[in-house]
Amino acid sequence: MSSDAIDYPVNGKFGRYGGKYIPETLVPAIEELESAYARYRDDADFKNELEYYLKQYAGRPTPLYFAKNLTDYAGGARIFLKREDLLHGGAHKTNNTLGQGLLARRMGKKRIIAETGAGQHGVGTAMACAVLGLQAEIYMGSKDIQRQKLNVFRMQLLGAKVHSVDSGSRTLKDAINEAIRDWISNVRDTYYLLGSVVGPHPYPAMVRDFQSVIGREIKEQAAKLCGGLPDAVVACVGGGSNAMGTFYPFLNDLSVSLYGIEAGGQGIKSGKHSATLAAGSLGILHGMMTYLLQDDDGQVLETHSISAGLDYPGVGPEHAFLKDIKRAKYAACVDQDAVSAFLTLSKLEGIIPALEPSHAIAYSIKLAQSMRKDQNIVVTLSGRGDKDVEVVQNYLKLKNKHMRSGA
Amino acid sequence: MRLRNEANRVDAKFCELSANGEAALVCYIMAGYPDLKSTESIIASLVAGGADIIEVGIPFSDPIADGPTMQQASFYALENGMTPRKALKAIQGIRARFPDLPILAMTYSNIPFKTGIENFLNEAQRAGLDGMILPDMPVEESESYVNAARKLNLCTVFLASPNTPEPRLRSVVEASSGFVYLVSVYGTTGARSKVEDYTANAIKKAKYAAHLAQKPVAVGFGISTPAHVKFMVGAGADGIIVGSAIIDRIQENLGNKKLMLSELESFARSMKKACKA
Repeated sequence: MSSDAIDYPVNGKFGRYGGKYIPETLVPAIEELESAYARYRDDADFKNELEYYLKQYAGRPTPLYFAKNLTDYAGGARIFLKREDLLHGGAHKTNNTLGQGLLARRMGKKRIIAETGAGQHGVGTAMACAVLGLQAEIYMGSKDIQRQKLNVFRMQLLGAKVHSVDSGSRTLKDAINEAIRDWISNVRDTYYLLGSVVGPHPYPAMVRDFQSVIGREIKEQAAKLCGGLPDAVVACVGGGSNAMGTFYPFLNDLSVSLYGIEAGGQGIKSGKHSATLAAGSLGILHGMMTYLLQDDDGQVLETHSISAGLDYPGVGPEHAFLKDIKRAKYAACVDQDAVSAFLTLSKLEGIIPALEPSHAIAYSIKLAQSMRKDQNIVVTLSGRGDKDVEVVQNYLKLKNKHMRSGA
Repeated sequence: MRLRNEANRVDAKFCELSANGEAALVCYIMAGYPDLKSTESIIASLVAGGADIIEVGIPFSDPIADGPTMQQASFYALENGMTPRKALKAIQGIRARFPDLPILAMTYSNIPFKTGIENFLNEAQRAGLDGMILPDMPVEESESYVNAARKLNLCTVFLASPNTPEPRLRSVVEASSGFVYLVSVYGTTGARSKVEDYTANAIKKAKYAAHLAQKPVAVGFGISTPAHVKFMVGAGADGIIVGSAIIDRIQENLGNKKLMLSELESFARSMKKACKA
């Protein structure tokens, strides 16, 4: 898709990661998807159509904003925000849902299923399906439905059917399990619109390609605003789609440091976190080989994060590979620091970020302090925070209560 | 590569049954459901009723190929502290009691992968298992698994599906030993009330591919009545795999173990009878 594409995946693998660990029933569907994507990814007509929707419907390009107040506050390198929060739908997810929605339509699939964690991918899918004339059904863990009620209603307004998933940890992981089961049962007429750079090949590569518009725009915009490449780019990592889209066009620009920030929850030592790359081990889940949070027997563990969108025990296989070859650095940010960055950005810049990129912002503030003032950091602000206002309110209430009781 | 090995209990059983002109009844149970102590007596009842081969499920946290019945059973077993190691230990006990019974383990790829495929297979063989079924392991990713299993004379059962195209069916058959597991429907595991129209055709297709390699085809997913069994055997199935219908019967009789065991025995008997028709 882009001229700087490096030479992988090979046979659906990024090094040893990725692959297609799927039930046999899905193999023909995955092969159909693979050949459809290979056919359309470089097809001029398809690219024009996608570009049209991204620009006229979703509002691309999104600005690269110099956050002067945040920069002054950090007191180090200049911090720029890639404003994916301004994309239609309020998050970067729309880049992928429009891409896959258009692909599904060309494949003649009318019924679309998707999983969602925070609800952003569900909303993105519902929007794309509404505008493209497709029928959307969204699987969402019942725990996530509780903490993201607003997004559930948005999906319903957009005409999607939301299925509550009560199995396992009742979060994103289980929503994916249930979507896969639906796909197995309805494989002949259903398209599975996966929301992140996870799952069996070709999803990790395809979703990354659709999200790479983020990094390509950053590159162009940074050339104008910073006079060249940024020194560092930072993005949050749950499954890792906004980060992969941000990193990918910079992979061969070795002067650019890449930082992926995972959810540290209540701290790695507490065991209550979602920092898969920091604390996980090699395993197989959801069709891919990657790092997983799992016990010694190979049972996948429940994860914890204040942000539903990062609450996932696996991670995209390309991130696992980039960690191994040390092309990207991965760090974890705890709930408390993410909330504090959420508050800081709201007050200083008048931008309420989603809790997911608040993890990346928290890290960027520290990173800026360790860098020179003439250096530039780009943080992908992957979504807006309206959906998280209630969660943050409850978090602060609880914290104040603890402080008053001296706990 | 050994295509057939009479020393393997699974191959021996299919040879014996085919000489008698009957299909094999493969019964699935979940290790640790409802508890580890019952696992052995459940197997004993199924064998008394006529089960030819036993498939022991080792529960996994994310069973994507399973419907609600199996999901609940695996969740319950895990909550009760079931682990792969405990399951293998239980299998060791069952092996001691039934020296000739073919026993396979069914679990998801991450379970053997976490221990290391070779280590896990070594432990499985020492426990007395005859082979493995991994429903999320496609042939493309299976080379090291198949090689390790062959060295230990363990069967590697791969799954085929109604939509598996013919050239691919041949590679599924090639990688399979013991038998080929044909999934009868588009869907996850779970008892179903009716048989789908396309299933007979799927059996014929799979049989044709497997016949060339002289491997039996067992059909599973959704089979819950003797009528289903007769249909599958009539379409050419060499074996019938019953899982959720057994778990359902265990679940219905959790309060009365004696009744549970006699129900299971008579259910197995009725299904086995249909295998001979």
